[in-house]
Amino acid sequence: MTSPVLELRGIDKRFAGVHALQDVNLALYPGEVHALMGQNGAGKSTLIKVLTGVVSLDAGEILLEGRAIHPDSPLDAQKLGISTVYQEVNLCPNLSVAENIFAGYFPRRGALHGYRIDWDKTHGQARELLARIGLDIDVTRVLTSYSVAVQQMVAIARALKLSSKVLILDEPTSSLDDDEVRRLFDVLRRLREQGLAILFVTHFLNQVYAISDRITVLRNSRRVGEWPTSELGAQALIAAMLGRELAAAQARQSPPDDIETATQETALLDATRLGQKGQLQPLDLRVRAGEVVGVAGLLGSGRTELAKLLFGLEKPDEGELRIDGMPVSFTTPAQAIRHGIAFCPEERKADGIVAELSLRENIALALQARMGARRCLTRAEQNALAERFVRALGIKAATLDMPIGLLSGGNQQKALIARWLATEPRLLILDEPTRGIDVAAKQEIMDEILRLASTGMAVLFISSEISEVVRIANRIVVLRDRRKVGELPAGTSEDTVCEMIGAEHG
Amino acid sequence: MDDTARRMTLRSMMEHRLGWPIVTLVLLLALNAAFNPGFLHVEWRNGHVYGSLVDILNRAAPLAVVALGMTIVIATRGIDISVGAVVAIAGAVAAWAIGGSIAGNVTRFPLPVVIVAALGVALLCGLWNGLLVARAGMQPIIATLILMVAGRGIAQLITNGQIITIYYTPYFFFGGGYLLGLPTSIWIVALVFVLLYLAITRTALGLFLQAIGINPTAARVAGVQAKRLTLGAYAFSGLCAGVAGILISSNVKSADGNNAGLLLELDAILAVTLGGTALTGGRFTLAGSVIGALIIQTLTYLIYSLGVPPEVNLVVKAIVVFAVMMLQSGEFRATVVKFARRPAIGRSEVRR
Amino acid sequence: MSSPLPKPPGVTLAHPRDAAAPKRSFSTSRYLPLAATITLFIAISVLGSVMYTGFFSPQVFLNLLIDNAFLIVVAVGETFVILSGGIDLSVGSVIALTTMVSAALVEKAGWHPLVVIPLVLAMGTAFGTLMGWLIARFRLQPFIVTLAGMFLARGLCYLISIDSISITDPWYAAVSQIRIPVMSGASLSLGAVIALVVLAAAVFIAHYTPFGRTIYAVGGNPHSALLMGLPVNAATIGAYALSGFCSALGGVLFTFYMLSGYGLHAMGLELDAIASVVIGGTLLTGGVGYVIGTLFGVLLLGIIQTLISFDGSLSSWWTKIAVGALLLVFCLSQRAFGDRSAAKR
Repeated sequence: MTSPVLELRGIDKRFAGVHALQDVNLALYPGEVHALMGQNGAGKSTLIKVLTGVVSLDAGEILLEGRAIHPDSPLDAQKLGISTVYQEVNLCPNLSVAENIFAGYFPRRGALHGYRIDWDKTHGQARELLARIGLDIDVTRVLTSYSVAVQQMVAIARALKLSSKVLILDEPTSSLDDDEVRRLFDVLRRLREQGLAILFVTHFLNQVYAISDRITVLRNSRRVGEWPTSELGAQALIAAMLGRELAAAQARQSPPDDIETATQETALLDATRLGQKGQLQPLDLRVRAGEVVGVAGLLGSGRTELAKLLFGLEKPDEGELRIDGMPVSFTTPAQAIRHGIAFCPEERKADGIVAELSLRENIALALQARMGARRCLTRAEQNALAERFVRALGIKAATLDMPIGLLSGGNQQKALIARWLATEPRLLILDEPTRGIDVAAKQEIMDEILRLASTGMAVLFISSEISEVVRIANRIVVLRDRRKVGELPAGTSEDTVCEMIGAEHG
Repeated sequence: MDDTARRMTLRSMMEHRLGWPIVTLVLLLALNAAFNPGFLHVEWRNGHVYGSLVDILNRAAPLAVVALGMTIVIATRGIDISVGAVVAIAGAVAAWAIGGSIAGNVTRFPLPVVIVAALGVALLCGLWNGLLVARAGMQPIIATLILMVAGRGIAQLITNGQIITIYYTPYFFFGGGYLLGLPTSIWIVALVFVLLYLAITRTALGLFLQAIGINPTAARVAGVQAKRLTLGAYAFSGLCAGVAGILISSNVKSADGNNAGLLLELDAILAVTLGGTALTGGRFTLAGSVIGALIIQTLTYLIYSLGVPPEVNLVVKAIVVFAVMMLQSGEFRATVVKFARRPAIGRSEVRR
Repeated sequence: MSSPLPKPPGVTLAHPRDAAAPKRSFSTSRYLPLAATITLFIAISVLGSVMYTGFFSPQVFLNLLIDNAFLIVVAVGETFVILSGGIDLSVGSVIALTTMVSAALVEKAGWHPLVVIPLVLAMGTAFGTLMGWLIARFRLQPFIVTLAGMFLARGLCYLISIDSISITDPWYAAVSQIRIPVMSGASLSLGAVIALVVLAAAVFIAHYTPFGRTIYAVGGNPHSALLMGLPVNAATIGAYALSGFCSALGGVLFTFYMLSGYGLHAMGLELDAIASVVIGGTLLTGGVGYVIGTLFGVLLLGIIQTLISFDGSLSSWWTKIAVGALLLVFCLSQRAFGDRSAAKR
């Protein structure tokens, strides 16, 4: 049994109150592709940051070829032999392929230890390096004249050039199509044969089964387990990733009854063959008033892309969208809002909160935006509005005037939901509304959603917590790898949902 | 999040956001009073107030107006470096509309038309900038750079390369006249300020502008019409420059395409920063910008009264800009904090 | 199936669509602005020679180089700063400061020019280095830092002297008269030759040194450059130091040209420099552009000026408008190309 080339033991990391990693172990062996899986917030990215020296450990150790190392920057990690290729190809788009590979390490010629760059050698060696991974392209052309797949291979070539012992690929396939993924895997197989240890972070099930030799699953900052790929079935994998809240402590509500499919009734929202090239395969979706439609699927399955298309943040390439039977085409969110649609985005820091404005102002923002600039909510009206939702959702804040950026993540999320509820929408799209919220708060939000649905509001509930989706949805739409794979009625068990997500991987 | 938290606690450290600007202004006034006996003396003469303080207010008026427009643009994370050129254009348009007659009561067009023409052209300039930024998506500094370069040429074209002297006496009312004892320019600044203040606080404009500046994506997702507002911000900045152009040209009784408003954009940016609005956009303070303009003018007066050549002003301004820049820089404050809090905290910090 | 070179087994050719050069590849559009500038330059030259006799004489074109020598040098320095993703608003003021310090030292203190010139060059470089350090170390916005630098430099000018100081030193006068014959009857000034040398050096730095390539990398994506382990801070500081040096050298050339030191010299020159860089095809966002393009940017601006002065009937202020219009066209088309090729930002 060969010894691991890279070993992590007992890794522990905290950030300002959040326990990102708890006692995590990982072992990478040479000549092996090791997949690292887990949902958002599970700790994958923190683990990568620890390995690449972006953050430091609180406890535990990293052993490279048996020796303890302490990388303190990505550059340091690279020098030690750990190279990383990210989803956003971290190369310079304006430089040529050869330059990107050799930047900082150009072959030189001339007097004084080479005062000038030897471009002939640079281009020649670049071609050789790329040939090693099976790529034959014009290395003098600028990087962006090639597809993202090729760019990633250039990034891999650079990583290899710096003589790697370990290659980490952080979600490399999110922007690739099937063809490109296959070619990337050819390269990975070739590198594996050459004895490289590869850590492959991904959330795509089919890819994990296509290329990896072993799988480690993280959930809620802990390592759930490590298995040889051949011994772990898709069901078990999904179960490990998503966890199964057996709800011993929570009273299980009986799921709402299936709403009578009134064929005469016009759907509130009717999407036919709605799709966007590269983001979402054309799908159909109907939502009726008072319905809670759950959208289940793993990260990257296209859930957020669907929401963006419905809300006007992205423009569909094909298909049709109808509200109350009337065809609509949204180019800005403001238009969608006017039609009574609301969207609470997944990334609350980047797309949601306006950090320096007060809690009160954040809650009032969307409603005010819809009302226009002239009809301004008075301070008293804003206060009343904010107080109403603070009470309803249990938002904990010292005052209404404190900047929302100072609230905890959970309270920020509640405030964002409040913002959209304030517009009294007819369709509320929630993208991962319960991420990073404590159990009690989750319950409150779920209750509120059910109550709103009973008053006639339609809800599109996107979540990776299958147990939640199953608990409150009238219908569950299942997405996988950017397409809709099916719909399940209310009362479906979590197992069935997981099955549909993981089907084909038996 | 660190930076935001730091910025917010820094603010909460000061009693009031206008704390520092007011203190600075008071300090400068005190210095002035110390060096110039009779500085604080205000008397009534010839039917109006008279004194150094009045001079400062009068001189600061155009800068204050431009600073108000600049504040709105900066709040949206933009910048407008063309205001100086627009000042020159507005003055040139007014001078042209009045005509070159030496008689003090003759004008080519009636005075209201003159004013409307000058303001209208200025507004168009602002709209032009706004279109480039909001619709064409250009970086604000480049978009306004174009007008800054071409604008002087346009102003010179209107004046035919000459400095046009204005003889029409009613026009002098704006920049050099008095209304109810106070200089008209002060009334005009007050009017602009009040209108703007009402617009910002009585409507949702203030909220929207700040949202756009702090987090444009979140604002857009929330349904705020960012493009329209950005366009409006630049149009308003242009309009303010037009008002300043009228004030200046009517005060010096001439329109100079080359020198009118020279370096005014830099002073305006400085005034806004001194007043407490960050160049990165978001929360802004109108009163702060006005105080900033007063600070700059009082400082100029102080330097002048000390017998130091006014051009030395530039060095002082440079130092002030440096100081404000550093204070507003998160990196700098972090360095200072780290320096003050030695021994080293350790490596358990998140590096970005 | 025979191929000239044996390929290692299992080599996958890049996807057919990568191998065939796409019709509208990014690299083609990169040369486009430069080509456009050169074409415009030629077009206007032809236009001028058709419209005015005497326009198409060698001396007229060499005069372009002579009259704009200092601008070429300064704009070259500005090019590096803009390539790195920044901007330098202080260049005009540094020129003025250089002239003032030179004049003061030569005329008032009686120092020999050959001592003064290296001194002012060092001063300019130090000035640029300081600004670059502030920008790199504290992540300040280049616009504001160089703005302060602009205030400071001009202010320092006036601290030395409010009025202009004429340079009567015979050495300066003699050097400014030097003419190097180039072809039949036409000649270049020493300044013009220096400008061309600086240009050649700059092209070399930009394309054959790691420093130059790092500047391009930083301008393209500073975050990536950092992750790739490139010396981002050093390159940034270097770019501004280089700009400071070029501004000072431009100031020296300007001193030969004007034979005086004055705080009002080179007012607004930074705008001309930036305009030349942009019109020369360099993206204001950084990372893309050629140093040689800046030469043509300066020449284009110069020939428009020459054309207008030849005409005599058009006021010279049309130049400013023309520059503004050119800037607009180039910036808008940069946006259009930028949208198409750089999908990620």
